[in-house]
Amino acid sequence: MSDLLEVRGVTKRFGTLQALGGVDVTVRAGTFHGLIGPNGSGKSTLLKAIAGAHLPTSGTVHFGGTDITNATPYERARLGLSLKFQITAVLPELSVYDNVLLALQAEQGVWALIRSRSRHKMRDEVMHALERFRLADRADELAGALSHGEQQWLEIAMALAPKPQLLLLDEPTGGMSPEERRVTGELLMPIKSTCSLVIVEHDLDFIRDICDVLTVLDQGKVLDSGTVDEIQQSEKVQQVYTTRV
Amino acid sequence: MPTSPPSPAPSARPARILPVIETVVFAVALATPLLLTTQPELITLATNVLILSLLAISFDLCWGYSGIMSFGQALFFGVAGYAIALIGRDLEFSQGWGTLPIAMGVGLLLSFAFAAFLLLGRRTPTVIFVSLGTLTGAYAAERLVSGWQYVGAGNGLSSVKLLQWGAIEMVEGPAFYYMVLAILGLCYGASRYIVRSQFGLVLAGMRQNEERLAFFGYRTQVFKALIFSFAGVLAGLAGALYSYHQGFIGPGNMGPGLSTTAVLYALFGGSGTLIGPVIGAFLIETISYVLADQDAIKQYWPVILGVVLLVVVVFKPTGILGFFVSPRERIGSFGGRKGRR
Repeated sequence: MSDLLEVRGVTKRFGTLQALGGVDVTVRAGTFHGLIGPNGSGKSTLLKAIAGAHLPTSGTVHFGGTDITNATPYERARLGLSLKFQITAVLPELSVYDNVLLALQAEQGVWALIRSRSRHKMRDEVMHALERFRLADRADELAGALSHGEQQWLEIAMALAPKPQLLLLDEPTGGMSPEERRVTGELLMPIKSTCSLVIVEHDLDFIRDICDVLTVLDQGKVLDSGTVDEIQQSEKVQQVYTTRV
Repeated sequence: MPTSPPSPAPSARPARILPVIETVVFAVALATPLLLTTQPELITLATNVLILSLLAISFDLCWGYSGIMSFGQALFFGVAGYAIALIGRDLEFSQGWGTLPIAMGVGLLLSFAFAAFLLLGRRTPTVIFVSLGTLTGAYAAERLVSGWQYVGAGNGLSSVKLLQWGAIEMVEGPAFYYMVLAILGLCYGASRYIVRSQFGLVLAGMRQNEERLAFFGYRTQVFKALIFSFAGVLAGLAGALYSYHQGFIGPGNMGPGLSTTAVLYALFGGSGTLIGPVIGAFLIETISYVLADQDAIKQYWPVILGVVLLVVVVFKPTGILGFFVSPRERIGSFGGRKGRR
């Protein structure tokens, strides 16, 4: 398996606060990679630096061999990187269907969009994405009318719609019931053959069930990285989790 | 409006009021000259309303559909109006097949120049930056022509050569009215097609969460620049029609005053609907016309208008049409299980 994402020496400062202090992370193609750590350890900041929501103060980010350190979010998306925000960011005034269509048609040219050339061609694809996330029956409803858990699924469906190579998920099960978390895990597993995943999550049971590799952050630095078994055995990690979490 | 709250009530098949309102408005517009045959001054007023409606639609495309607060629509309107007045004066040319496309081109080039400066940066510009940028441009242009003798300085350009189609000269009256109505209808149809297309879906998404769209892979600035430029074309066309119809164009037709009036037409009627700004322009211009003869009230009319509009903006930001059209219908539906509705 080749390296899909390489984060090297990334630091991020907000004024005098150093949120990330020289982070190195490598994500291999075809793996689910979890970022865990105590509150304030820099997980979400790292994810945003990868997605382009924050530009790193120093360090580099390479995706598929391309330096994307200073690329804009849309340039990263065009390369095959997709993000699901921590705070649900579906478009509440659009229908569930239109939310997915909007995500799916992003690769179309302006003229094709004006002529609505793919509106009908994409219908099956949109409905397939909604069926996969159990939202097909609610396609015509407003996205803002969905429950919190359903909005999270819709957003994952939207993030996956353009068929990204790497999906960044920031706390996808936040606010979900245990049953919804279980279903979310079931919904994510089938994408492994086509898409890698970097996931920030507080639910350690959930992340242990679906991830192959874990990176543990603490105070903006990598504390440890390895397979799930290796991390579970790590004394450094156990110490942090038993003393500070 | 970009900051409007989520619509609370989901409805799989909302009632469609807008097509009914559009049909009624255009039917009334078609019949107007027939009803006013003995009052030619009212046909002149109605023609003016149609021309200003085109300006209002150009603003609605910017703000109501794309979240671009432009106080510069009058700039594109005025510069195009001056351009065709100068062509008529200096080249003695006023054939519509030549001058109207020139006016549209002037509006396009000027608005694209502004878009390149204000919208096409690497990062998303703020609403304040764009509104102040367009306002400054309109103000600077108004000041510039006010002191420029070649374009009539503060007096503007009067006796603008009449618009011609071949050997026919278009004077104000029913023929001019129907010509403007036909042009407005075409521009309205083109605008409606765009905002209901997949391109319009991008605009609808942009209004709600522009950052989210960037993460889908949309370069949102390009979409804004394109719709802003298209709106500039409409404003330029309106400016040319105004110049021909009034036989006059002056500094006040390109400054912040007229730009703000266009904003008020749209907000009063209902932005983000296309037909709302037409209704807004009709109501405001008609009331202004009626009150112009009421000496006791007319001096207070600008104040009354300001207060009414303030009330509308604060308490009913969706304008008059907000009473009849649901938020869901205003935003539109671009696809679904059973296709586009």
